[in-house]
Amino acid sequence: MELNGNVPTGPLAEKWTKYKSSMPLVSPDNKRRLDVIVVGTGLAGAAAAASMGELGYNVKCFTFHDSPRRAHSIAAQGGINAAKNYKNDGDSVYRLFYDTIKGGDYRAREGNVHRLAEVSVDIIDQCVAQGVPFAREYGGMLDNRSFGGTQVQRTFYARGQTGQQLLIGAYQSLSRQISLGKVTMYNRHEMLDVVLVEGKARGIITRNLVTGKLERHSAHAVVLATGGYGNVFYLSTNAMTCNVTAAWRAVRRGAYMANPCYTQIHPTCIPQYGDYQSKLTLMSESLRNDGRVWVPKKLEDAEAIRQGKRMGKDIPEADRDYYLERRYPAFGNLVPRDVASRAAKVECDKGHGIVPTGLGVYLDFADAIQRYGKTKAHSSNIENPSAQQIWDLGKAVVEEKYGNLFEMYEKITGEDPYTNPMKIYPAVHYTMGGLWVDYNLQTNIPGLFALGECNFSDHGANRLGASALMQGLADGYFVIPYTIGSFLANEIRTPKLDTASPAFEEAENAVRERLTGFISNGGKQSAESFHRRLGKIMWEYCGMGRSAEGLTKARRLIQDLKAEFYADLYVPGSMDEYNPELEKATRVADFLELGELMCLDALQREESCGGHFREEHQTEEGEALRDDVNMAYVSAWGWKDTSVEPELNKEPLIFENIKVAARSYK
Amino acid sequence: MKLNLKIWRQKNAKDKGHFENYKVVANEHMSFLEMLDVLNEELISSQKEPVAFDHDCREGICGTCSLVINGQPHGPMNGTTTCQLHMRHFKEGETVVIEPFRAKAFPVLKDLVVDRSAFDRIIQAGGYVSVDTGQAPDGNTVPIGKEVAGKAFEAAACIGCGACVAACPNSSAMLFVSAKVSHLALLPQGQVESKKRAQSMVHQMDEEGFGMCSNITACEAECPKGISVENIARLNREYISASFSSTEK
Repeated sequence: MELNGNVPTGPLAEKWTKYKSSMPLVSPDNKRRLDVIVVGTGLAGAAAAASMGELGYNVKCFTFHDSPRRAHSIAAQGGINAAKNYKNDGDSVYRLFYDTIKGGDYRAREGNVHRLAEVSVDIIDQCVAQGVPFAREYGGMLDNRSFGGTQVQRTFYARGQTGQQLLIGAYQSLSRQISLGKVTMYNRHEMLDVVLVEGKARGIITRNLVTGKLERHSAHAVVLATGGYGNVFYLSTNAMTCNVTAAWRAVRRGAYMANPCYTQIHPTCIPQYGDYQSKLTLMSESLRNDGRVWVPKKLEDAEAIRQGKRMGKDIPEADRDYYLERRYPAFGNLVPRDVASRAAKVECDKGHGIVPTGLGVYLDFADAIQRYGKTKAHSSNIENPSAQQIWDLGKAVVEEKYGNLFEMYEKITGEDPYTNPMKIYPAVHYTMGGLWVDYNLQTNIPGLFALGECNFSDHGANRLGASALMQGLADGYFVIPYTIGSFLANEIRTPKLDTASPAFEEAENAVRERLTGFISNGGKQSAESFHRRLGKIMWEYCGMGRSAEGLTKARRLIQDLKAEFYADLYVPGSMDEYNPELEKATRVADFLELGELMCLDALQREESCGGHFREEHQTEEGEALRDDVNMAYVSAWGWKDTSVEPELNKEPLIFENIKVAARSYK
Repeated sequence: MKLNLKIWRQKNAKDKGHFENYKVVANEHMSFLEMLDVLNEELISSQKEPVAFDHDCREGICGTCSLVINGQPHGPMNGTTTCQLHMRHFKEGETVVIEPFRAKAFPVLKDLVVDRSAFDRIIQAGGYVSVDTGQAPDGNTVPIGKEVAGKAFEAAACIGCGACVAACPNSSAMLFVSAKVSHLALLPQGQVESKKRAQSMVHQMDEEGFGMCSNITACEAECPKGISVENIARLNREYISASFSSTEK
């Protein structure tokens, strides 16, 4: 089936403005009679719940965390993009739009991306008004820095904790609506199914994670803002409880999962160090503003470092290969994430890796410390500064910019990154794929919306740094409050939905049956152990390099693992209590199905684009080779019944405003 | 490394709870929570109930993890959450006592998991700027000095974990409340409501059953994010001046 994204007609730059002005409205009086469920309280969910509460809707908001402030948006470090052009360096809405489409390797929808770039400027204003303490310059104006894949400075930030500050802003707005009675908040409640009544999303089934009780909640519309599915790889930079269950339960009710194979592998994470490891830690992309990535040129040097006989700082300049600067002179260390990650893999595969596993490269701040130290000495009128003085002054500048990240690195690795270069390696970080949505952010199920990382809409095959926060808040503050009206305007005569109806009954029973099944399974292995094994399969065959052979094998391995899971899973405890193992079991069960679909999607996408690199499709220089003739579409998979093959639907991607070209950062 | 663990086990909020002893083999590179993961996997494989504890991001920013380790909230290292604490800071053969955060306002839900929703209710009482989406002027309309922005940021860096409460002999939440009051009072956007905010947040704090502040400053010592007690002084100033000047209740 061919899908239609329902992008309004007309010139690109006018689409959103015209659409907003012509959209059906819901009067204040009617808003009071309409209920909306929002699942998830990250940037997208908290912003949406707060904004819709302000508009007058009755919002019920759910999170499985103990507080809405814990959502994983909080961990975003580097910043948020906006086309403010405060730096007077030639930025514009069009340029942000263009960079995002190009960065996404021409696999995103033009209309949605342009709207994102348009509202980006309003986000900064809104956040400042909420009291988000963005970094400022001495004159009191907002400061910016650079991020990968761009040649302007458009990233706003709050040290290395931008996500935290933005989320607290959204959380505070949400808290205000809770206190005003417009939002009812349900903490420690996990959504385990979406309820459809006559084809429309009308509610959810949740489990109270403290008491274990299943609950029915109805509404006129359901908004999912439940994040990404990077944890399908087990090891990722995601928080431990990030999962795909809410989105996947929607898929099992008929929603389409779009581009599931598009995964972002972030180039700068702390390398893996042990089998017991539970997660990987990101070192913000902002570090690439000042850090230089390199490996030793000589294989014997790399070997000596791996054995602990030499240190990175001891390798002379002439023997270092700053491979990003060498291969991509125009963007250097600030190439987009997919490019930087693949380049690291290439060097490590050739034997230049610098950690015992062979999977690690250097991110070096020595030059930055020198540069800043000299500037600072000059501006402080220190004549003929000593080497130590320069280093101390430079270190202080680096510390001010990235102090918390350097501290985090030291806590985890026990090494001082000021004196010996940081060791980094790519790790799973973000998923561009997600629930298929149209221009209104509505899935193919009427009344079911998806926001933020949970949807697929804006980043194509690769997301640019500092754009996830932008998208989450754009969707939550400035898109859904309008576009949900296009659905709800036709629902003003619909009375409150009855949770005693057969649809709710059926859904709750299905959830109960599933959970009881896990509890009484009577096997031996923990959910966690299956999750680890799934993650290994995904990383090996559906990670940074993919091939038809590997993906076919992975699919079979996952099917076998799934069979073993249902035969030998053990879940301690009961359903009617606080039971984290039961939570894990439901999430791993859904990851197993998603993992299989990701492999299938990667298999059908016979090209390399963005985060999806098929070994069979590359240039002689090892760059990704896209196929714009046959592959310029969104793959949207339907998989209601997993006993049959998934169904592939396509939405053609039409570029009316951008000339599709080979993506070059050279 | 071999460790003896003495862990608080409590079936649910009504259960009285007790300590149980466990042995675990860890290694020095593990994080503290990874060590507990290892213990839990062992418990599950022998069909015993794993130890429940709150955790999520495991990079020290979400504020979900807690635990009192050998008498100290978030363990022995300064400026470190439990999830960022690594086993290299423990000794071979050491006995490690692990308890939940203890405070009347943080009831235990199970084992090491406590209910910190009192913090949410304090924020709901006024820990925000009353601005609707769409009302904001341009972000550069009101200049904010770099230093002021920095100070506001430092107060806003609170992760809401509750270690300050667990560290305080009175179970006072003053550091948490003052961090939010300071963050917003320092910024021009938050100043408009700052007096009323101080009053209603303090009122809610009292309602929740947190204790009084007696300037012991254990909160600052144990805070994983280094939130300063200067904020408490600022809160007191805001609160007292509100009592003299405010016409609203």
